[in-house]
Amino acid sequence: MKRYTIFVITENFIGILNRITIIFTRRGINIDALTASESRLEGIHRITIEVTASEDTVIQLVNQIEKIIDVIKAFYHEDESVVYQEIALYKIPVSRLDGGLEKIIRQHNAKIIAAEPDFVVLELSGHKEQTQELLEILKGYGLLEFARSGRVAVAKRMLTIDSFVK
Amino acid sequence: MKDSMIRGADIVVRSLIAENAEIIFGYPGGAIMPVYDALHDYHDELRHVLTRHEQGAIHAAQGYARVSGKVGVCIATSGPGATNLITGLADAQIDSTPLVCITGQVASHLLGTDAFQETDVVGISMPGTKWNIQVRKVEDIAPAIAKGFFIARSGRPGPVLIDITKDAQTNFGDFNYSKCLGFRSYRTHIPVEKTAIQEAAFLINMAKRPYLLFGQGVVLGQAEEELKAFLEKSGIPAACTLLGSGALSEDHPNYVGKLGMHGNYAPNMLTNQCDILIAVGMRFDDRVTGDLKRYAKQAKVIHLELDPAEINKNVKCEVAVLGSCKDSLALLTAAVKENSYPDWMARFKELADQERATVIEPDLTPTKPGLTMGEVIFQINKYKADDAILVTDVGQHQMISWRYFNYKKPRTQVTSGGLGTMGFALPAALGAQMYDFSRQVVCVVGDGGIQMTIQELGTIMQTKAPVKIVLLNNNFLGMVRQWQQMFFDKRYSFTELDNPDFIKIAEAYNIQAQKVSVRDDLQEAIEDMLIHDGPYFLEVVVEKEDNVFPMIATGCSVEEVRLS
Repeated sequence: MKRYTIFVITENFIGILNRITIIFTRRGINIDALTASESRLEGIHRITIEVTASEDTVIQLVNQIEKIIDVIKAFYHEDESVVYQEIALYKIPVSRLDGGLEKIIRQHNAKIIAAEPDFVVLELSGHKEQTQELLEILKGYGLLEFARSGRVAVAKRMLTIDSFVK
Repeated sequence: MKDSMIRGADIVVRSLIAENAEIIFGYPGGAIMPVYDALHDYHDELRHVLTRHEQGAIHAAQGYARVSGKVGVCIATSGPGATNLITGLADAQIDSTPLVCITGQVASHLLGTDAFQETDVVGISMPGTKWNIQVRKVEDIAPAIAKGFFIARSGRPGPVLIDITKDAQTNFGDFNYSKCLGFRSYRTHIPVEKTAIQEAAFLINMAKRPYLLFGQGVVLGQAEEELKAFLEKSGIPAACTLLGSGALSEDHPNYVGKLGMHGNYAPNMLTNQCDILIAVGMRFDDRVTGDLKRYAKQAKVIHLELDPAEINKNVKCEVAVLGSCKDSLALLTAAVKENSYPDWMARFKELADQERATVIEPDLTPTKPGLTMGEVIFQINKYKADDAILVTDVGQHQMISWRYFNYKKPRTQVTSGGLGTMGFALPAALGAQMYDFSRQVVCVVGDGGIQMTIQELGTIMQTKAPVKIVLLNNNFLGMVRQWQQMFFDKRYSFTELDNPDFIKIAEAYNIQAQKVSVRDDLQEAIEDMLIHDGPYFLEVVVEKEDNVFPMIATGCSVEEVRLS
């Protein structure tokens, strides 16, 4: 079992995400995280799926995803061959702000992106290990809310989606 | 509104006609009524068959598609009409049958409100379709149908569902039909790689005991002649899967029999003795392979396959030859040496003789008083036409019919393979017959399965489709009973049936019927049936507790195939 990133380049049609996720459901495989957004080409979407599985399983998943009529291309990468980033938001009560927290923010390179009368929102981008580390620390500061995105990633390989879209 | 504009419902019908659909199977209801209204204007161009249940409509469309090679079409209303199609969709999906199913949907402003007969059919049918779409605007109807037909029939065929809201059917729009010829996300033609052919030919030319398995891909790819040419040049013995039957005549000298759980003895045993295994247009279903850990481990596998997702799915291959087997077989034929394997062939013959003595003789020419299913098929074989179509349901009768019906031509076999859908046969036989009234269509069905879709006798009555229905009645759900006998200590839990008087039922539908329970009457009854002009219902009372052998029990290896 290993962590893999699956990229799906797809037409932007209603239901396409459903068609992709039922491939995982049917095989009893959990999706660790998923992000979807428009690519730099109009009408073409890019879905990034993070999954922990054996390589054999991931190959089967990718083959089945690519079989979907409106999917243009699907491929997978190990962590080492992608550059990826996740974003995390932390909501902290103002009452807990002190010098200790300032140090933590500086050490982790986090940012305060919003300040309200009752709370502030910190943002940290990085790998899961980093955002998780900050999460553990902020639990001691009365953390009110936490949200983390799935990964956005680009492959290290020099290939562009244009080569799949003819 | 321009004068040239027509109703969405008319666009549906004219699109079907533009796709050369000749016949559609269906059942009306609220949300599809505009289309039914439009159909009334096109009686001459498009024939509609009213089945008695939507499941009957889709199985009929499957039967039609399987014998014709064309796209089967069926229509149903929203809600229950649409959900009744699901079994057929799943069946067509797993058996790669090209279908276009059109369902009505509630008006678009009602979507998501739990309106009367609203169901999320696009969501429900997603896993059971190759592609599906909901159309909410009149201008999207024709492009969706064009795309649907293209997807259904191209590449690896499969079922498509197009859900059309009622307002899209009643609104007016322009009709300019243009056929779909392809689009960027969907690759239909995969050119065969020369290096793969060279690697495959190299292995084949070195082989001492090569062995070829063929499946429905040969039929779907219309590669029957290419398969024959390859076998004749290479001298390699060949066995078929359930759905591959008919791709090669069983009289062909290279043909060695059938694969799988109830296939023939030699083809299963020798899978584990070949050195090169060439799989053509087949997907290594678990009913073919048995225990994968002990399947052909000694062999190098060459897989000729159109669908990339099938490569290395169940059986890892040494050489994958992607592309249509029509192309790859032709290239491979050119690349292999002429050869023959008399000793290897003799092994097949030797084991076939064992099977003949222990299983086939007692099945076909029994000495015990009760009628066997095998002897019924044996008698049908004597009198049937060479291009007779055999449609079967699921269970013991299916396996026995498959084993003993001597297939000679492609597209003469219609059965529910991958899904194992009881109730498939009667409507599928109707659909097969609707393609061509002049062909002999024999529908062999068990007493369990026929009762799942028995209402389609009504459709047979109304269409006068001359289907010959052979009911093999053992008053049991025979295959389940066989498993209970073999693996559950003969605990016959809910498998015995108290059956109705089937002859009375057939006669109530105005179908000529006859019942046979003794051997002496069998031959004449089958002759009567086959020469009868019109539908015919023959009930044969067979031995209550007969078993189908050979058999590879679940979890066993192909070489553990049992003769008793």
